[in-house]
Amino acid sequence: MTDAVVVEGLTKRFGSTTAVHEVSLVVRTGELFGCIGADGAGKTSLFRMLATLLLPDAGTARVLGLDVARDLWALRPRLGYMPGRFSLYPDLSVEENLRFFASVFGTSLEREYDQIAPIYVQLEPFRQRRAGALSGGMKQKLALCCALVHRPDILLLDEPTTGVDAVSRREFWELLARFKASGLTIIVSTPYMDEATRCDRIALMQQGRILALDTPDAITRAFARTLFAVRANDRYRTLLALREYPHTHTIYPFGEVLHYTDRRTGLPAGSVAEGVTAFLAGRGLTGVSAGTIPATIEDSFIAYLGGGAESWHASP
Amino acid sequence: MTDQIAIEARELTRTFASFTAVDRISLEVRAGEIFGFLGANGAGKTTAMRMFIGLLAPSSGTARVAGHDVYSGSEAIKRSIGYMSQRFSLYEDLTVRENIRLYGGVYGLPDKEIRARSEGMLARLGMEQSADTQVRAIPLGWRQKLSFSVALLHRPQIVFLDEPTGGVDPITRRQFWELIYQTAAEGTTVLVTTHYMDEAEYCDRISIMVAGRIGAMGTPAELKREFVTDSMDEVFVRLARPSQVEAP
Amino acid sequence: MKALLGLLSKEIYHILRDRRTLAVVVLMPVVQVILFGFAIRTDVKDVRLAIVDPSPDHVTLEIRHRLEASEAFTTVAVLPTTAALDGFFRRGAAQMAVVFEPRFATRLDRGLPARVQVIADGTEPNTGSTRQNYVLAVLRDYDRELGTAAAGVRIVPSMRMRFDPTAESSHLFVPGLMAFVLTVISALMTAISLTREKETGTMEALLVSPLRPWQIIVGKVLPYLAIGFVSMVLVILEARLVFDVPLRGSLPLLLFEGMLFILVSLSLGMLISSRTSSQRVAMMGAMIGTMLPTMLLSGFIFPIESMPEILRWVSNVIPAKWFVTIARSIMLKGVGLDYLWPQTLVLCGMACVLLGLSTRSFHIRLE
Repeated sequence: MTDAVVVEGLTKRFGSTTAVHEVSLVVRTGELFGCIGADGAGKTSLFRMLATLLLPDAGTARVLGLDVARDLWALRPRLGYMPGRFSLYPDLSVEENLRFFASVFGTSLEREYDQIAPIYVQLEPFRQRRAGALSGGMKQKLALCCALVHRPDILLLDEPTTGVDAVSRREFWELLARFKASGLTIIVSTPYMDEATRCDRIALMQQGRILALDTPDAITRAFARTLFAVRANDRYRTLLALREYPHTHTIYPFGEVLHYTDRRTGLPAGSVAEGVTAFLAGRGLTGVSAGTIPATIEDSFIAYLGGGAESWHASP
Repeated sequence: MTDQIAIEARELTRTFASFTAVDRISLEVRAGEIFGFLGANGAGKTTAMRMFIGLLAPSSGTARVAGHDVYSGSEAIKRSIGYMSQRFSLYEDLTVRENIRLYGGVYGLPDKEIRARSEGMLARLGMEQSADTQVRAIPLGWRQKLSFSVALLHRPQIVFLDEPTGGVDPITRRQFWELIYQTAAEGTTVLVTTHYMDEAEYCDRISIMVAGRIGAMGTPAELKREFVTDSMDEVFVRLARPSQVEAP
Repeated sequence: MKALLGLLSKEIYHILRDRRTLAVVVLMPVVQVILFGFAIRTDVKDVRLAIVDPSPDHVTLEIRHRLEASEAFTTVAVLPTTAALDGFFRRGAAQMAVVFEPRFATRLDRGLPARVQVIADGTEPNTGSTRQNYVLAVLRDYDRELGTAAAGVRIVPSMRMRFDPTAESSHLFVPGLMAFVLTVISALMTAISLTREKETGTMEALLVSPLRPWQIIVGKVLPYLAIGFVSMVLVILEARLVFDVPLRGSLPLLLFEGMLFILVSLSLGMLISSRTSSQRVAMMGAMIGTMLPTMLLSGFIFPIESMPEILRWVSNVIPAKWFVTIARSIMLKGVGLDYLWPQTLVLCGMACVLLGLSTRSFHIRLE
């Protein structure tokens, strides 16, 4: 089984900014691959190069065995692409948009109905509605339909769930799982860390570079230190206090708690926790407790980015 | 956090033609609180916020912000609050310093005051080197932190943040929230809207809007207990479930 | 007050830092003054003159000599009869004619009035009567000189406006106006359509498809061609019904030429928008590329012959120049394709070139 995507040393520059910096990765056929990162990570530029929309400045990329720079006309009919922002016609109806994209690829809605049925059944009640009048979640589902209607061999989805409400996001990923189950290779980019766990393998990206590339499990398992959740009534003062604690390696807010790692290695978790709570109690902070927790993708990402304690002082 | 009420709304409503964007919401935000104003896009958060900051008149109901009535005191409200929106904050072709001076001038601060506060702000953010750079050349995360600081330049009682952390990496997001913590610790009330449910947990109390109404309100812990789950995302899903058949 | 000063300085920064707009705003008036200044010439130069002299004698030769010596006229033909004259006018080979009565000098010697007919092409704007006055001036001068020699002898000029007996200015103006509005709208339509797709992001999805540039371009041009046709029919109706402009030539030919012209303008709009992704820039480009050149250099308002040589050359590149000639010829002179094939060929060529260039410069990728 050949690999669906092979990227080597891919680079893209815009003026003096390097959007994608010597990125290399391989996506296997039938894999659900995630590119996780924030704005400016280079996800969109990477996707656009894979979709033959941008020419790389250096490096090579082969999608389905075809070179993205040279073989674009052979490749385009086989790609399903969903751009980062809504790219359907707002003044055409749901059905009209679908028919248009089907026709552009030389097929018809009727012929491909069973392919897109899982999604289309959700849209069908609104098929006469203008696409511009749909809610965010519905727009994304329609865009997914249009990307799939011509039975592509690979799906490239650039931030399909950004700005969409939690319910629709969930439904979207359920749909993706169904299509993956039928053997389709899917590459998704997202800024949401929690979506990373739904992928087979992920690449953590920041400023054009890949920080880590592996299965989500392997990445969290690779988290170097023991992670603690510290609870307290006054989170802010606790945060400031722990910045002055000599054993703190990293400390950052994480929802209702703070996540803490210790400088010292080899110390049993219990003693670390006791030390922390004692220190905080000594500072007059109340409701303090500390316990170990498993690391999440977000913790790993933060660790790769440099921790969070020192980067406060980095200049723009 | 004192017992003073910074923002108060009773049956606040706003309709546009036949569409009810905000449907009789009632809430209270205490001074010094970090209040999260959550909800999906289109749920009515932005409309509600616009009424609070004096940009939009309500159709019915009452509200008071910083002690002023939203109907009659909108100019006084604007002077007592700060506002930061993700869509627009600073002028890209002006430098950092020029932006600060502009906003200082708009709020009527004397020159000396502006200079002093802007030096302080730049030092706190670590942006002295970039003071004379055009904002368009400053990375997104720094721009947002700067934007927030500028909204606080005139030391308002309440600051309204409209989706302030879109698109930034996890570290920048946390740095931003630390700024919010610091601001609240100094006594400023912060009202944040966001559609990132995990950010809800940084707030003291939150409300979740669904189709123009407030579907739930309380501390994150209370809501998680009420909906029997340990993630705010799940709270939202369970709350929105009745409207799951898409009301587009 | 502080706030106001702050706002003022902010606006000044914006203006100074947007170099492109600043350049346009400052330089545009300069360019316009130069263009307008040179284009608006009401003096007469190099008018093509045909002379009909059935019996040349020393008087007619003297008058002919004086006409030729003047800067205002260039003699293109000397004919023995008026038979071929009509063809000259229709082709546009002659813009004026001076017709001498036979046995001119003999009549003067006998003390009889000798008539000279001065015919001007009425389809040329503004200058038909001006040119006639030039000829009249030459004739009157000579007449005075003669008059001192022999009393009561007169050269009697009679004026005729060819093709425009009633000299209604709207007849001249309206065909040119048709060209003007059709070209501006057509270029705007395609310019906006293509860049709107780029701006809203739909182009991105369209590009990752088997569609080729020529398909996208033709897909946009054809519907607007149809719309242009409807516009043109309406405009012609207006010209006929509201302004009483005659239609002495063939209507199908006029419609065909109009469609050709619209095609050229649509292609120009396509070309402009293939180079930019911003609707605003495309709109401005389309307007600047059509309005100004058409208004100044197409012969619609200001006659091309009066312009400096370089502008006359430039006017050949303006599609509207050719269509204005075509429209006037068909509507006012009643000529057909047998006379108009060169101009038609030029428009065809322009359409091919512009469409070809648009297809070539169409971005198949996002950059």
